[in-house]
Amino acid sequence: MSLRIVVCVKYVPDATGDRRFADDATTDREGVDGLLSELDEYGVEQALRIAEANDGAEVTVLTVGPDDAKDALRKALSMGADKAVHVNDDDIHGSDVIGTSAVLAAALEKTGYDLVVCGMASTDGTMGVLPALLAERLGVAQATLLSEVSVAGGVVSGRRDGDAATELVEAALPAVVSVTDQSGEARYPSFKGIMAAKKKPVQSLDLDDLGIDAGAVGLAGAWTKVAEITARPARTQGQVVTDEGEGGKQLAAYLAEQKFI
Amino acid sequence: MSEILVLVDHADGAVRKPALELLTLARRLGAPSAVVLGAGDAAAAIAAKAAEFGAEKVYVADGEEFATRLVVPKVDALTQIAKAAGAAAVLVTSGGEGKEVAARTALRLGSGIITDAVDVEAGADGPVATQSVFAASYQVKSAVTTGAPVITVKPNSVAPEAAPAAGAVENVTVAFTGNAATVTSRTPRVSTGRPELTEAAIVVSGGRGVGAADGFSVVEDLADALGAAVGASRAAVDAGWYPHTNQVGQTGKQVSPQLYIAAGISGAIQHRAGMQTSKTIVAVNKDPEAPIFELVDYGVVGDLFNVLPQLTDQVKAG
Repeated sequence: MSLRIVVCVKYVPDATGDRRFADDATTDREGVDGLLSELDEYGVEQALRIAEANDGAEVTVLTVGPDDAKDALRKALSMGADKAVHVNDDDIHGSDVIGTSAVLAAALEKTGYDLVVCGMASTDGTMGVLPALLAERLGVAQATLLSEVSVAGGVVSGRRDGDAATELVEAALPAVVSVTDQSGEARYPSFKGIMAAKKKPVQSLDLDDLGIDAGAVGLAGAWTKVAEITARPARTQGQVVTDEGEGGKQLAAYLAEQKFI
Repeated sequence: MSEILVLVDHADGAVRKPALELLTLARRLGAPSAVVLGAGDAAAAIAAKAAEFGAEKVYVADGEEFATRLVVPKVDALTQIAKAAGAAAVLVTSGGEGKEVAARTALRLGSGIITDAVDVEAGADGPVATQSVFAASYQVKSAVTTGAPVITVKPNSVAPEAAPAAGAVENVTVAFTGNAATVTSRTPRVSTGRPELTEAAIVVSGGRGVGAADGFSVVEDLADALGAAVGASRAAVDAGWYPHTNQVGQTGKQVSPQLYIAAGISGAIQHRAGMQTSKTIVAVNKDPEAPIFELVDYGVVGDLFNVLPQLTDQVKAG
């Protein structure tokens, strides 16, 4: 039985670099270094593991983003994904999560899927709601925020660690899952994998291909609007003392002065 | 006044503090209505608490679906109640499940969504939400422009204030829809007796410098003396020294307590993203060059195994 797995990934500004906003109050994705979102590496990893455990499975990696987002696809292909789909259209620029989910859902319908795998959140927007929105739009079950996941007999099951409880969940395919950073360390691409990735197919799609009206997405089509952006003043360093046997007492004196104790 | 729905987060039959914070914020926007889902026999007590904090109305819905099906039953209920009430806005506590419920509800209502607000104020054109983004290096104010705003708010964003209101209970029968995953087993988290990490006024966290799982006892001792929650850096969690539920950072909890004490934590961006908005930051680290010291209000360069126990003794001697 074939199993069509599609992993949704995002190309994000490097969190260790200088992240900032462009003049139109969108995330600056051009003047900064970008990469495959670290949290999406866990999604790629789990998709590959599920494919390894299921005969005839195929892993497609899907992204929505500008030209440079192909770097994220390349990374996922070099880890072992079979093929890639890149939705790239200037009119998508500035979309909010509602718009992005509409584009991704249309691309998933066009590509075909049995299992959609996402990371737990992007490292730039950090909303963590896209997988739920995809399930809503596609009309399939969501089994999200899983720290363990497996697929057998047309059913996906896994462990969801919430604040109040740990739940075991399962859903018949087709379904959307998201996996956490506890799901298992992502593999590094091998040299062979990097070379092979160069020959793997990358399909490009635009809004016309997906039958989406440009006015429904992008900055103008967003259902939210940024009013004001303020750089937080850097925290100013307070007093730093070196412990010479009295460090704990000095710290206690500070906390008492601040009325914490 | 327009109705502002607050999805009440509850556990073990009791209202969780963030729900009281949401009711406090909702009063700035209109007339708060609490939504209590799947609380069973505890619903009446939860409704009474919600009324104490300003709920004019309390919508109560129950059904085994809330426990056996993932996310979707809450979306069904919240959407149905929001439509029937003509709600002007919907507030939900930020958290893994809360954000998912909020997002699907927003899509069904045709509403924009803002997540992880740290403040919400009334504006000329509806609620204005403040978010702290890019590892808390920017503050962004934004608004929903389409539909009744759905906003998720982080715990500890405002101090809950009591404001007794009618709290008229309205029982709602929910038409469950949709394709949901099944919850086949549920194991409640065993309480440590310490405050919830995201709700605590004081958090004491340990990192790589703690050195081993055993080492966390000095962190826990200080936390218990202060009545604080215990956190851990990703390095400590990845090493298996402390549970992931206590991880503070970009991929763990984002905390914003009155006092944050970082012990043996270097202060990588991953960690800073989770604690940088704390009011007062204190660090203890052997390495004087550790980036955490750039953030501190007070820092001690030294061995945490000497400094923390001495501090704990001082706190106990109080």
